[in-house]
Amino acid sequence: MVEQWQRLYRRSRRHYQSLSWQTLHLDPWMLLALLTLVGGGLVVLYSAGGESGYLVESQALRFVAAFLVMMTIAQFSPRTLMRFAWLFYSLVTLMLLAVELIGTHAMGAQRWLTIPGVITFQPSELMKLAMPLTIAAFLARRTLPPGWLDIVVCFALMALPVALIAAQPDLGTAMLVSVSGVFVVLLAGLSWRFIALCGALGMAAMPLLWFNMHDYQRQRVMTFLNPESDPLGSGWNIIQSKTAIGSGGLYGKGWMQGTQSQLEFLPERHTDFIVAVLGEEFGLVGMLVLLLCYLVIIWRGLYMAGQAHDTFGKLLGGSLILTFFVYVFVNIGMVSGVLPVVGVPLPLVSYGGTASVTLLAGFGMLMAVYTHHKSSPR
Amino acid sequence: MRSGRDTLKDSEQQSRIFNRRSVLAAILVFVMLAGLGGRMVWLQIFQHETFITRSDRNRMRVEPLPPNRGLIFDRHHRVLAENRPTYNLTIVREQAGNVSRTIDRLVEILDLPPEQRELLLQRSRERLRSFEPALLLSDLTEKQIADISINRYRLPGVAVEAQLIRYYPQGEVMSHVLGYVGRISQQDQQRIDNSNYAGTHFIGKTGIERFYEEELHGRAGVRRVETNARGRALREIDRTPPQPGKDITLTIDADLQQLGYELLDGRRGAIVAIEPKTGAILAMVSSPGFDNNQFVTGIDTASYNALRNDVDMPLYDRAARGSYPPASTVKPYMASAGLEYGLITPSDTVYDPGYYQLPNDSRRYRNWLRWGHGRVDMHRAIEVSNDTYFFDLAHRMGIDRLSAFMQKYGFGHDYSLDVWGASAGLMPSREWKRERHGQIWFPGETLSVGIGQGYWLATPLQMATAVAVLANRGKWVRPHLAMQIGDESIAPPFENTPEDIQLDNDHWWDLIFQALEDVMTGSEGTGRASGRNLQYRMAGKSGTAQVFTLGQEEKYNAAELEERLHDHALFTAFAPVDDPQIAIAVVVENGGGGSRVAGPLARQMLDAWLLPEEHSSDEALEQMRHNENVAERIGGGD
Repeated sequence: MVEQWQRLYRRSRRHYQSLSWQTLHLDPWMLLALLTLVGGGLVVLYSAGGESGYLVESQALRFVAAFLVMMTIAQFSPRTLMRFAWLFYSLVTLMLLAVELIGTHAMGAQRWLTIPGVITFQPSELMKLAMPLTIAAFLARRTLPPGWLDIVVCFALMALPVALIAAQPDLGTAMLVSVSGVFVVLLAGLSWRFIALCGALGMAAMPLLWFNMHDYQRQRVMTFLNPESDPLGSGWNIIQSKTAIGSGGLYGKGWMQGTQSQLEFLPERHTDFIVAVLGEEFGLVGMLVLLLCYLVIIWRGLYMAGQAHDTFGKLLGGSLILTFFVYVFVNIGMVSGVLPVVGVPLPLVSYGGTASVTLLAGFGMLMAVYTHHKSSPR
Repeated sequence: MRSGRDTLKDSEQQSRIFNRRSVLAAILVFVMLAGLGGRMVWLQIFQHETFITRSDRNRMRVEPLPPNRGLIFDRHHRVLAENRPTYNLTIVREQAGNVSRTIDRLVEILDLPPEQRELLLQRSRERLRSFEPALLLSDLTEKQIADISINRYRLPGVAVEAQLIRYYPQGEVMSHVLGYVGRISQQDQQRIDNSNYAGTHFIGKTGIERFYEEELHGRAGVRRVETNARGRALREIDRTPPQPGKDITLTIDADLQQLGYELLDGRRGAIVAIEPKTGAILAMVSSPGFDNNQFVTGIDTASYNALRNDVDMPLYDRAARGSYPPASTVKPYMASAGLEYGLITPSDTVYDPGYYQLPNDSRRYRNWLRWGHGRVDMHRAIEVSNDTYFFDLAHRMGIDRLSAFMQKYGFGHDYSLDVWGASAGLMPSREWKRERHGQIWFPGETLSVGIGQGYWLATPLQMATAVAVLANRGKWVRPHLAMQIGDESIAPPFENTPEDIQLDNDHWWDLIFQALEDVMTGSEGTGRASGRNLQYRMAGKSGTAQVFTLGQEEKYNAAELEERLHDHALFTAFAPVDDPQIAIAVVVENGGGGSRVAGPLARQMLDAWLLPEEHSSDEALEQMRHNENVAERIGGGD
């Protein structure tokens, strides 16, 4: 009797323990890192928004929604995600086509789809999720490493949506979407020979790309190569952001004390250039803390992907977390003047709703593939 | 399709590939993030100095704080130049919201002509930055200010702003003495320290305003302000307050100056009065004057051309720059030179048949009185202004000694201390003529110079200075306009004062003074019409400067000549003789006879200065007209 009780107790305790996070399908370490980043980001945003609580308030509300989305998605098993990948991909591609035909213009680009009175959103954001899902779903059913034919199919799957997004034109998102697809292929074991070949082809295609760019895109590249050539025009952003970061020094000027940020010299300071506010007000110390935070998230993400039960989960999780890294690198590289200006926000810190939701939805998938492996339904 | 074992094997292999690649990715991620960290170290540690400088330069703006210009007073502390607040109407677009509606209301409230609306709209857009005030209207009237105040709530962004503008209450009376300030021109910028004038709009252009520009202007202050990217000043970081310009008290007596201007009554001429003991210029009138207030805010082209093309040349400072032959007013100076050189004694006489002839020359140099004065000694020669006596003296003195001695009285030099743009006149000499005309000096020319004609030119200021030196018995004091600058008094001795004139016998001065007194009171005195009922001892000397050279036997006939060819009327005087308080020179261009036209003016000026306040200027004018009539009847000449 006692023995039975003890067994029951041990089982229920084990069950209870596993219930704590396993049954919730969440990873406590990742959650902690994400909340730290988001919390710190809101502090910087308060300063960047010129002491108006409005930005922080609306951003915080969006994060609440985004975290709910994350937790919801984490509940789906990888199999379910895989099953709906194709439908999702087709739907988003159709929406992208719709944008091309009836989308809303803003700031010289056609990116938004408006369902009158209901919602205005960018289908390209959804493609950031649909692309790795689909490629992973496709490759998970093939023998790996992928053969030539598989690779061709993968690139064909990528080509249409990327072309549609690039035509909006939204080079930043097009790049991120293709990168998320490519990462799946790379993680699936694309041969190094093929990678070298593509690299060489890419170099050769550079001039071709240059001649097909829009004037403003070329301008961005030129500005990147020599920002001082047009200090009041297109070089302004980079000069001012470098000035902000550099003048921050080791400890920074203090929260809300950054002259570059507070006196409005820094453009886009609550969106794409928010990291310059951090650099100015919190100095090198703040910067290193931020980079460390991202490193923890990415390493934990890679570990979680590696722990996934099946190939689909590994490929999807790995691609999502590496794409997240590309976000981080491109944004901070741009603001600190080592990469050209591309409209990529700093993930989970920059002000902006859609991107945060998409990103946290991605983390939801990552948690799904990490937590569902022991109890995969049969 | 596939066997379970295959799947398992596949899965293991796939896992291996994935793990290898993800470890590689983890390393790459670390390296690239570390690279970003390195970039931050580079920017924030190694280039920190560069960027902190750049960010400070971004945020700070240095704004000049212009000093208030010093005021100018007369010797009794009456204001001659002040800073008057004028009220301007400005609009700040950012605050106005709907600018065109606001301007519509403004037009309605101020009852402006409808065509002004477009102009105001245009002006409202003149400022690039929408938060900076744009000037809509300047120099508002009190009624306009009141109307705007009442309707302020209907006029968002509209404000009445005060600005200090130079104002000269006396206008044309003081115009040449004070000069005027105007907007700083490119030329002005060559001569000023631009940083000191960064916030200043006006600078002295002529006159006292120009001469004492540095003292009147003061030192500009600065303030550093923090600005945002659009240039709006957010807060002051620090400030160095400006040092206001110094107030200047002039030696001028505004009443005497006013009287002089009224006496000239719009005629072309000048009056300069000097206090002999101190060199203080009591009055320096140039007529006609101009309203120097017009020049402050910028005169319009039409008005400027009207002034410039006026045949009476109102812009011309006759007192300090006008060059006239000093004519017979130089005879006392000539007499002093003759005595000093030992060429004459007071009792020596010359017979005047009405003309003078050089040896071996048939040309007759005429005395002003055709039939001559008969036998004349020095006293009578001065009293009746005999020309023959001085022709003889000049001939015997020779041009070299004559020129040298007259220069001791200041002729040919500008010895004024602070009169802007004063002319040196012209004291001819043998060397001058060789250099200027490349010709030798003819003895006949010495004769003309001997009676203050020929090449000799002097300004009214020089004439007044010379008579002041005479009244001082040869003692020099440089004439000057400033009496006090800030706390510092301006008084002799001055630097570069010319050497005093010493006569061998000091009594000779008295003899000359006696002769000059008899000009006013003697039975034959040329100025006796102006010397009636004197209540003090006055020494005077008339002069009539020929503008038009007469032929040998021609008779000057004023009526037949064009007015502009009439002689210039001159008169110099000082009083009281035993203790000179005032020395004066009067020039009336084309006025005719000096004793008849200029003498009464000199007398009125002296009366006003020396007698107790019983003569108002109106009475003085009446008195003057009376005296002129008397002079007409007596028909005095030189």
